[in-house]
Amino acid sequence: MERKRSTEAVGKTLAEKIWAEHVVRRADGEPDLVYIDLHLIHEVTSPQAFDGLRLAGRPVRRPDLTIATEDHNVPTLNIDKPIADPVSKLQVDTLRANCKEFGVRIHSLGDKDQGVVHVVGPQLGITQPGMTIVCGDSHTSTHGAFGALAFGIGTSEVEHVLATQTLPLQRPKTMAINVEGTLKPGVTSKDIILAIIAKIGTGGGQGYVIEYRGSAIRALSMESRMTVCNMSIEAGARAGLIAPDQTTFDYIKGKPHAPEDFDAALAYWKTLFTDPDAQFDVEVDLNADELEPFVTWGTNPGQGLPLNGVVPNPAEFADSEARTAAERALVYMGLEAGTPLKKIAIDTVFLGSCTNGRIEDLRAAAEVLKGKKIASSLRMLVVPGSARVRLEAEAEGLDKVFIDAGAEWRNAGCSMCLGMNPDQLAVGERSASTSNRNFEGRQGKGGRTHLVSPLVAAATALRGTLSSPADL
Amino acid sequence: MEKFITHVGTGVPLRRSNVDTDQIIPAVYLKRVTRSGFEDGLFAAWRNDPDFVLNQAAFKSGTILVAGADFGTGSSREHAVWALQNYGFKVVISSRFADIFRGNSLKGGLLTIILEQTEVEALWDAIEAQPSTPITVDLENRSVSYANKKLPFAIDDYTRWRLMEGLDDIGLTLKQTDFIDSFESNRPAYKPATLPIRS
Repeated sequence: MERKRSTEAVGKTLAEKIWAEHVVRRADGEPDLVYIDLHLIHEVTSPQAFDGLRLAGRPVRRPDLTIATEDHNVPTLNIDKPIADPVSKLQVDTLRANCKEFGVRIHSLGDKDQGVVHVVGPQLGITQPGMTIVCGDSHTSTHGAFGALAFGIGTSEVEHVLATQTLPLQRPKTMAINVEGTLKPGVTSKDIILAIIAKIGTGGGQGYVIEYRGSAIRALSMESRMTVCNMSIEAGARAGLIAPDQTTFDYIKGKPHAPEDFDAALAYWKTLFTDPDAQFDVEVDLNADELEPFVTWGTNPGQGLPLNGVVPNPAEFADSEARTAAERALVYMGLEAGTPLKKIAIDTVFLGSCTNGRIEDLRAAAEVLKGKKIASSLRMLVVPGSARVRLEAEAEGLDKVFIDAGAEWRNAGCSMCLGMNPDQLAVGERSASTSNRNFEGRQGKGGRTHLVSPLVAAATALRGTLSSPADL
Repeated sequence: MEKFITHVGTGVPLRRSNVDTDQIIPAVYLKRVTRSGFEDGLFAAWRNDPDFVLNQAAFKSGTILVAGADFGTGSSREHAVWALQNYGFKVVISSRFADIFRGNSLKGGLLTIILEQTEVEALWDAIEAQPSTPITVDLENRSVSYANKKLPFAIDDYTRWRLMEGLDDIGLTLKQTDFIDSFESNRPAYKPATLPIRS
């Protein structure tokens, strides 16, 4: 299934093309100095970076290539009131003060372009093909859906980009994941990426940029492509991308920051594909015809199975490390080997995040919930990815569908995806979550997370146990 | 940044794989606006367990964390590196690190060393048998030594030089400003800008 590079390639892969176009300086024995086209910032990973600039007396080199929003720890209720949590308030106030001092554009709570940073970039049209995009957040890979090289960085690198608009970087290796075929009804891009991670493992993409290719990827909408690229990091890859095509161009057209000279940009974007004679370091194939709705059972995103399956028996894992990890995961998750996944009862359904908090995701879930009531045994939180998504959903009446079904309709933010704000699981509480990480305690100390698609989230909310719309 | 040439310390065996950055420091501990004071959040969930390795007296003063494969996966939070450093760790050894965590650690002066899994396991056995075993990490000669063993490790010349000199990346890049100016003067006009604001 895996093929490795055999001979020296002549052509370039898409990632290699974008990289080459952004090298500011190359010297033997040193990392390439790479230019950054767009820097997204938020309240959690930026305060120490701005502080570093201040201490050294350095300005932000390109405020016009920088944009900030508040997402990681903001409340999703009562946003017209001061933030109740004093430490969250401190971080948000610090971000606002830093943006003011350094001349950086910011979208604060209450603004229509406030929201999860990876939802905001694309909706403004500032995420475009062929760009290098960074943010102090590992899910920056989301922007790769536009054919951009986009990856998460640490706070020291945030400071480096603020000061120089560049980063010294080692060239990554390239991996192609070919997804050919047609998805069955009820199977989504979330299921594609969960299946990929289960196949290659959480370390499978380490050191690589992944390019997602094949007919099943081409058939995806822009927002579904973002879901796939978003979780590249859960496969260990710092970045994942998809070559731009008409779907991409149509999505950008008409957005606030779409290029004024659209034709000039388009001519360039059309050069952004992997050359036919290029070779990847590794290729992996996946058959879309065979995919089923996927769900995680364990405590890392690679511990996933088709929803029709049963909780695995750790004793059947050949690899001793995987066996130990599975044993530990079942204890933490409070699950018995052999239990059908569909018998697992859920306490909380979370619909939102940079993985699945866009308008399409809300539409898909609302379609399932329309005219029905969620199970009385659980609660459901619907958290739009941005204030703009929330407004759009309200214009379509989706908020009413959710509220009538018994779900909570919240304001935009990262919310329960990482439990930094008050939206958290209690000890032992079990969620079906459209987010991206099922780590121990990720959604709240002692909380248990099953990662699912928006369709599975909605069906689960109705039945009270992990379910797909086909079970209704 | 402090120069790193050699470090002699004792080890802490963390026999777990896939230790993600949410385990190293949970999100609720990320709310400081400084680079210090994160030690309380280090492995916060596990430290409630009296048997957890950091709660064992024998490993209290360890400065070299020896962890299972895929250490540092998940969130890009550099707080994970600060929490380890604030607690007193100078070195982390594993058979595989997540890319972003490794980058963050080497930028911040926390030396992350990759050894074969069999070597990691031998090291676990040795420090569990004798927690006071001194371990010498020699960056200049790229080796980890303990008991009668000397294990070479790989690190690129540039990173090694930068760590040994304790150099700040930003200062180094700012010496290349001419290259950046020249690159910028050739950027195409259709590339987007965040300012002026369009809506």
